[in-house]
Amino acid sequence: MPGGLTRLQRYYLLYTGGFIAFVAALALLEEHGMPPRWIGYSFLIFTISMYAVIGIMSRTSDVSEFYVAGRRVPAFFNGMATGADWMSAASFIGLAGTLFLSGYQGLAFVLGWTGGFVLVALLLAPYLRRFGEYTIPDFLGARYGGNAIRLVAVAAAILASFVYVVAQIYGVGVITSRFVSLQFEIGVFVGLAGILVCSFLGGMRAVTWTQVAQYVILIIAYITPVAILSWSVTGNPVPQIVYGKVLQQVGQLENKLFDSPAEKDVRRLYQERADEYAQKIMQLPNSLILEREQLTSRINELKASDAQMKDIVALERQRRDLPHDPDQARLRWEAAMFASAERAAPPVHHASAFPADEANGGWAQRLNFLALVFCLTVGTAALPHVLMRYYTTPSVREARESVFWSLLFILLLYITAPAYAVFVKYEVFTHLVDIPIAKLPGWVAAWSKVGLVSIEDINRDGILQLAELSLNPDVIVLATPEIAGMPYVVSGLVAAGGLAAALSTADGLLLTITSALSHDVYYRIFRPDSSTQFRLVISKSMLLVVAVLAATVAAQKPGTILSMVAWAFSIAASAFFPALVLGIFWRRATRAGALAGMLVGLLITVYYIFRVEFDTITWLGVSNLRMDPWFYLQSTSAGVLGVAAGFLTILVVSLFTGQSDKDAMAFLDRIRHSRHREQ
Amino acid sequence: MMDTNLYWRKTRSLTLVLLYVWVVITFGFALFARDLNDFSLFGFPLGFYMAAQGTLVIYLFLIWIYNRRMRQLEKRFGIDDE
Repeated sequence: MPGGLTRLQRYYLLYTGGFIAFVAALALLEEHGMPPRWIGYSFLIFTISMYAVIGIMSRTSDVSEFYVAGRRVPAFFNGMATGADWMSAASFIGLAGTLFLSGYQGLAFVLGWTGGFVLVALLLAPYLRRFGEYTIPDFLGARYGGNAIRLVAVAAAILASFVYVVAQIYGVGVITSRFVSLQFEIGVFVGLAGILVCSFLGGMRAVTWTQVAQYVILIIAYITPVAILSWSVTGNPVPQIVYGKVLQQVGQLENKLFDSPAEKDVRRLYQERADEYAQKIMQLPNSLILEREQLTSRINELKASDAQMKDIVALERQRRDLPHDPDQARLRWEAAMFASAERAAPPVHHASAFPADEANGGWAQRLNFLALVFCLTVGTAALPHVLMRYYTTPSVREARESVFWSLLFILLLYITAPAYAVFVKYEVFTHLVDIPIAKLPGWVAAWSKVGLVSIEDINRDGILQLAELSLNPDVIVLATPEIAGMPYVVSGLVAAGGLAAALSTADGLLLTITSALSHDVYYRIFRPDSSTQFRLVISKSMLLVVAVLAATVAAQKPGTILSMVAWAFSIAASAFFPALVLGIFWRRATRAGALAGMLVGLLITVYYIFRVEFDTITWLGVSNLRMDPWFYLQSTSAGVLGVAAGFLTILVVSLFTGQSDKDAMAFLDRIRHSRHREQ
Repeated sequence: MMDTNLYWRKTRSLTLVLLYVWVVITFGFALFARDLNDFSLFGFPLGFYMAAQGTLVIYLFLIWIYNRRMRQLEKRFGIDDE
């Protein structure tokens, strides 16, 4: 790849122009009758082959190029690459939907995922760069000495990264199957190919330059639909500035809608249904038997009278679908009860903060908000695939500067997401709610088919009430082009953006896992004398194995794994953050202290997550595991406990184990003071 | 040795001050979001605005200040990383 800055900028400017021209050409072709399916294919083929070209141009057989892109990435471009590395399928597809559904409460993600970069800038990036090796376990190994801490770090890095990479590949499968109508499993392996073309030949070097390209696509794809929406609603194409006014309008609509008699009636009906389920659960197993008998007698009645065959078949199916045993009935009815109760709850104003606390005068919601912000923040500052990016700049100063650029490029998306949510809410309130169900726009039916939108006319008035509509968070970003009646080319653009977000993050994560295994475990611990040539062979084969493994897991559609991603932040935070920060800022932190702190933090976090989330683990033969949360703390915020315990353990154990050794002191002098200029 | 120690001490106190500001704005605005929502800024309820935009811009500003001060410190102490 090119070396000079201006040449690089010219390249990427040209590339951006080319991409915009490509989108414009497709828009033109669509007007002349190009079918949507072809547009989807064009986006998929064009973007992935762009990434492949960059990947092949950046191929390398040099170890430093493979792990840290030769440390030649200018601050500005490292910022862009970090932006793409950081923003995953969850940020791109899920965030705006979460904000749509939970209003102010969802902003914990926006705060946490950006605030972490302040910690990276102040506490970590400059020191990691001055140290100048390859991985995070490298840093911990050099500061504290010994292989034990390196192994713990490797284990934590893999634990946090692997679930995360599986979720990204899963995201690729979802996007390709929806927009290009590929089969899900084939979509997953298209994703795998998309990842390997970048990382296999060129390692970090290729991944960096592809991530820059992916950032450009993802940010254009994210902002375009909202800008169009903003233009059509307010006449101003900068959504981030004008959505305050729209938020006020949403507030007025909320006032009008929330208390309308029809809405209250619908919520009462859902409450009755929830109570019914509660009753049935209490009366298990008799209620299940009773229900089966009732259905049977009605079927017999119908059969005796000469009713229509299709009514009888419908009832028989209903009977067949009844839960088979009381345990299954309890699970199913509990889920149904919670779903109904949720719809029965009075809706919350979009901008209102901690409404539950206001209602009952408590602190639980506020506490959880702060705890989640803390975990996401510290987790952001501890995820190895992000920290690794700061090894790739030419100097310490550029590492610092590149954190600034990273945050700037990330902000562009995170400032847009709340606007996205507000604009879509406005559209839903004005064009969906209070509309006769027969006259609903076409996208509702289309997305109902894949189960992301559901509508139930519970009060049978033929009109859609707000409480009768339920939207999956993912649908907000995926369906916005259709909601606002934009041409299909915008949908294709959104799909390409989501794909870029997922692939770029997967690339970074995959490299982290690969380097942890090949560099830290194989080279540093087992074969320090292996030749660079052979190290590279090991790295590349590891990369292949891990990628195929991740794709295989993703192809199973593991539901639990997706919810586990939220825990990756807590895990990374409690394992790495205390040991890294104290390692840099506290001279007396010792090897024993750090080792104990990492283990204790990690174990407490994992323990809390398991005790709060699971009741039985079949393969371990454990049951009755579930406990009440401490201080109402949700499992996604388990890192609060882990990080606190980690810091405390390092402090106490270090004080008892005495002074650090001379190597650690030399290390500290090096990363703190830096070298002196010859005078 | 003397002036490098001073360099480190200055770096550390700069880090601490900015970190303090960071903690105050991150958790302060969120803690009082409900009360802040009674005021409005650019048409937004203030508590919502701070979490959706205001705090994020301050974050960027904090990093900018840090980089600027560190550049000055490096110049003063003649530190030049390759």
